[in-house]
Amino acid sequence: MEIVFLAFILILSIFLGFELINKVPATLHTPLMSGSNAISGITLIGALASAGAGQSQIATILGTAAVVFATINVIGGYLVTDRMLEMFKKKELKGKK
Amino acid sequence: MNTAIIINITYVFSAILFIYGLKELSSPATARRGNFISSLGMFIAVVVTLFSQGIIEYQWILLGVVVGGIIGALAARMVAMTAMPEMVALFNGFGGLASLLVGLAAFDPKIVSQFSAAAIFLSVFIGGVTFTGSFIAWGKLSEKITSNPIMFTGQQIVNAILLLGLLAAGVLLISNPSLNNDYLWIVIVLSLLLGIMFVIPIGGGDMPVVISLLNSYSGLAACAAGFAINNLLLIVAGSLVGASGIILTQIMCKAMNRSLSNVLFSGFGSPKTAKGEIEGTVKPIIAEDAFYILEAASSVLIIPGYGMAVAQAQHIVKELQELLEANGAEVVYGVHPVAGRMPGHMNVLLAEADVSYDVLLEMEAVNPRIENFDVAIVIGANDVVNPAAREDESSPLYGMPIVNADLARTVFVLKRSMASGFAGVENPLFFKENVRMLFGDAKESISQLVREFDQ
Repeated sequence: MEIVFLAFILILSIFLGFELINKVPATLHTPLMSGSNAISGITLIGALASAGAGQSQIATILGTAAVVFATINVIGGYLVTDRMLEMFKKKELKGKK
Repeated sequence: MNTAIIINITYVFSAILFIYGLKELSSPATARRGNFISSLGMFIAVVVTLFSQGIIEYQWILLGVVVGGIIGALAARMVAMTAMPEMVALFNGFGGLASLLVGLAAFDPKIVSQFSAAAIFLSVFIGGVTFTGSFIAWGKLSEKITSNPIMFTGQQIVNAILLLGLLAAGVLLISNPSLNNDYLWIVIVLSLLLGIMFVIPIGGGDMPVVISLLNSYSGLAACAAGFAINNLLLIVAGSLVGASGIILTQIMCKAMNRSLSNVLFSGFGSPKTAKGEIEGTVKPIIAEDAFYILEAASSVLIIPGYGMAVAQAQHIVKELQELLEANGAEVVYGVHPVAGRMPGHMNVLLAEADVSYDVLLEMEAVNPRIENFDVAIVIGANDVVNPAAREDESSPLYGMPIVNADLARTVFVLKRSMASGFAGVENPLFFKENVRMLFGDAKESISQLVREFDQ
């Protein structure tokens, strides 16, 4: 039952993803990629559990490494996306003469 | 209420923020807020996770977050906009690596079930391919390694053997997960190798497809890791990203009129023998003459390509745009979906140069009115304006949708030399009656035009 439940969530999310992304205009495709990339850094919460569970030494080392890489992915991804999106402006005010 | 329930409710809230954030990306006006909302969802998810009962020590977490945060923030601040494709590839690779490590850390032979072993196999496999694949893509995009396809005889066979070996090791791992975990190490090594093998035969101009696909993989890897550790938020967020990457991949393939398997396996971009004779002669023009034509033009279409990114010409292009507008002309940009090295590459560069996003038009928007443009200026683009795609059935490009630059009244092509484009295909555009070639570095050529206007 657990598997069916997870699969159910999976299918719904994929369909939702298709619907959402189809509406993103081509001009924003680069920020979309880096932004969604940052979301894929959600593995960070899995990494936290491994790094902090106080299990075997090997699991802690692996978990800590995973935390480092996932955090780079998350922080770097969101910041760089923000930097790009900040530049997308409509310059009606002074542009047209 | 116990903590587990509170955490899960918070995860639902995070998922809503991710979804809402992606929804806000549907317009440039709201996109920045959307990104912020999405990052808020991530922040909440991370904070609440720290309160879960399984976490008893915090020193390693703190260390990891501080180190990763500093590296990520510095990289994001310092990267030049022209280097964005390789930056995205690199971040993507780190995401894949994180999923691989999470899967690996979750593997405990004493308690692992067959179901979680299967999920761990997938997260390690996809994560590994994403990691080395993105790394090779990064190398190709930053020209650390050749951006030409690297091919050798028997490549497909080697790949097939790798994949079969991977699947075999996976089956052995899943069929009896509690016995040994040596197979897991085989899976890791083989998937890292497969990631390299998968990207090396792909040429630089096909990178938009590869990056989109790897983007999708990084989501799917997170999703698989979610199954491995039974975390719903990973499944939801991972599949959103997976779906996003798949859509981008489709759009890119469609814009090149090629199937995904053709992009991945054909080694497109290796030189091809010339087909069909091209009639006409190449007519060069000097900046001064080009200026007189531009001065008289009332509508101008600018078609940017990868050459504009290489020459870093976006700022001077914007200057030319302003001068033309001051002269009373309408200026718009026609952006082909695969212009550049990643989806939306040209748009980001032009946005950096302060070009308003409402004059950045898509191919479908400019083609119907292309005959009405007095001048089309092609800056460092080649294959995406090659009329052979429309006219010559024997051309490898035939059927690819292009910006029909050749149908504008006059066309200027800014180009360094007569070398053919990424596809290695001759471009009959350069030989057409209404086309003038402005040879030289794109930035330098446009600077000359700008100087003519200033005089």
